[in-house]
Amino acid sequence: MGLRRYLTSKALWYLGALVVAVVLNFLLPRLIPGNPVDVIVSNLSQGANISSEQQAKIYAQFVEEFGLNQPLWQQFVTYVTSALQGDLGTSFSSYPTKVTALVGQALPWTLALQIPAIIIGWVIGNIVGAIAAYKGGGWDRSVFTTSLFLSSMPYYCLSILLLYVFAVVFGWFPVGGAYSLGMSPEWSWEFFWDAQSYFWLPFASLVLINVGGQAVGMRSMAIYELGSDYVNYSRGLGIGDAKMTRYIFGNAMLPQVTGLALSIGTMVGGALITELVFNYPGMGSLLFNAISSNDYPIIQAVTLLITVAVLVANFAVEIVYGLIDPRIRAAKSGE
Amino acid sequence: MSGINPGNVLTEAEGAEPAVPPPVSGGKAKPSWRSLNFGARFWIAIGIIAAISALAFFGSALYPYSPDEKVGGLYDSPSAEHILGTDNFGHDVLAVLMAATRNSLLLGLQAGILATLIGVLIGILAGYTGGWLEELLMGFTNIVLAIPAIIILILISISLQSTNIEFLKGFTGLALVIGITAWPWTARAVRAQASSVATREHIDVAKLSGARTPSILLTDVLPYLASYVVMAFVLQVASAILAESTLSLLGLGPSGTQSLGIQLHWALAFQAVASGSWWAFLPPTIVLTLISFGFLFLQSSLDEVFNPRLRRGKKKNLAKAAARRAEAAKKLAEQATTTEVPA
Repeated sequence: MGLRRYLTSKALWYLGALVVAVVLNFLLPRLIPGNPVDVIVSNLSQGANISSEQQAKIYAQFVEEFGLNQPLWQQFVTYVTSALQGDLGTSFSSYPTKVTALVGQALPWTLALQIPAIIIGWVIGNIVGAIAAYKGGGWDRSVFTTSLFLSSMPYYCLSILLLYVFAVVFGWFPVGGAYSLGMSPEWSWEFFWDAQSYFWLPFASLVLINVGGQAVGMRSMAIYELGSDYVNYSRGLGIGDAKMTRYIFGNAMLPQVTGLALSIGTMVGGALITELVFNYPGMGSLLFNAISSNDYPIIQAVTLLITVAVLVANFAVEIVYGLIDPRIRAAKSGE
Repeated sequence: MSGINPGNVLTEAEGAEPAVPPPVSGGKAKPSWRSLNFGARFWIAIGIIAAISALAFFGSALYPYSPDEKVGGLYDSPSAEHILGTDNFGHDVLAVLMAATRNSLLLGLQAGILATLIGVLIGILAGYTGGWLEELLMGFTNIVLAIPAIIILILISISLQSTNIEFLKGFTGLALVIGITAWPWTARAVRAQASSVATREHIDVAKLSGARTPSILLTDVLPYLASYVVMAFVLQVASAILAESTLSLLGLGPSGTQSLGIQLHWALAFQAVASGSWWAFLPPTIVLTLISFGFLFLQSSLDEVFNPRLRRGKKKNLAKAAARRAEAAKKLAEQATTTEVPA
């Protein structure tokens, strides 16, 4: 399979997944029996103090926005076209605010937290796992058990423990939030310095768990490689350690790259709850607040964005895999 | 990193057991399951799971307080009467914890069984039959696998919350949803194994002797996958429990009941962490971690039992084996000398 064919087939698969995801994102909320707008508006008026005039206005707005008098396929077309134009609807709970504005406030926090955590966790995890497999013995056993423990720990459990021990008991870090009360997000050293003290705990809890998960995977891959015939043969030929390690870990790396693609979804999902524990103002907290106030357009926007982001990230990893896997490259030059 | 120790690699072969134990012949032979080499890890994992199940099932039957009973105020500290204090509703934390653990375990079991059944069915069909059916089933699986399961779970559970069907509102509905969304990776793993089994000779024999596909799948393919299915099931149970607690933490769990995620949800909502009321949030956190670790540890120990290549020679065992051999040699030598003397 050549590189081009590999990429085309992958692109088609992810396109298919994207279509299914968008359809589900559109369809599932509409499975609620009864008119969703009725449900939402009655929920809204129960909790908040909204005047009947305002309520009627919201109602009319939503009926039009959802296009509820149209057939389902037409609603779907409206949904997709407005989403493509960057219009994700209007928030229920903070009424005239556009969903995109709220998402725009939350997204930078999530990106700043998750992208470094996933990359650094992956790199450190692979190094630790490889060393454990290579050294064996007590090193291996302790690293393996610790990694397994960390990786099996739900994200939020580690977050809660870290928050309690380091912020509440020792008081080394602030308890939750992303910046001090008097501050507002801006591009200044003062704000940046303030925000970084809030950053480390959630970051550490994400990195630790990612390290654990990757180390467990890398260790077993490397052990498989260490026991394989080509290793024994090369050793018999007297090939040096440095060269051997390159071969072994080069081979063990490939499944780890695919593993990264598979685990990005879980990582992102777990990180959402981590934000919740630390009260970090990212997408997770936005989603949580939207769920507790039945803010439907926000929930749908967040789920759609996360799905698209995960699919894009997966596709990017698959492209990298195609570029570094010598089998795909070799097939290309052989054609 | 000074050199690859060949000892590690070579000893891996020692103690390797065939994945499918040979049939027992004669009355004196050990039952076949005894020849499986369960390590210390296996027993530690079983111990953790057994302790938590005991807490969940016997504890809640023996404990005097009910989880719905208001016995104190907001976050009363632990006392002799209430070992773990009270939560934000004034309920006894230990009573809530035990009921929550029971519910979470039962839900995990239901969802795990469902997900494993679907995954095995799709995987075995795709792997054994091959052709367009395999392409279709695996294409579907890969698409579902690419979409983050938590997103689908969030979307469905929001819909579930506002249904009028009582049955779907509780844990059964949640277990159903988790089971329906969790099967894809099991299907993928089972398919890979099933398609390798499908090429073995005994399948040809079964086909030639006129067996029909369902019976071949059940009696000639499935037994070879049993170890994978068991391991997948263990993982499915653990991940279902975690999925439930994630959803409940987000506030999407069933209302008016207990689960580990719901307990954590209220603890976080009522600022237990910031106010330092450790008894309200540490117990469910620790139990969740132990459940998850116990099941994962069980899976990894089973992996080593079924998959000897992952097993590493332990120095202790090597020393033991050497000692045993020395002993046997000594006995043999003694026998030789005792038989020699009278002669």
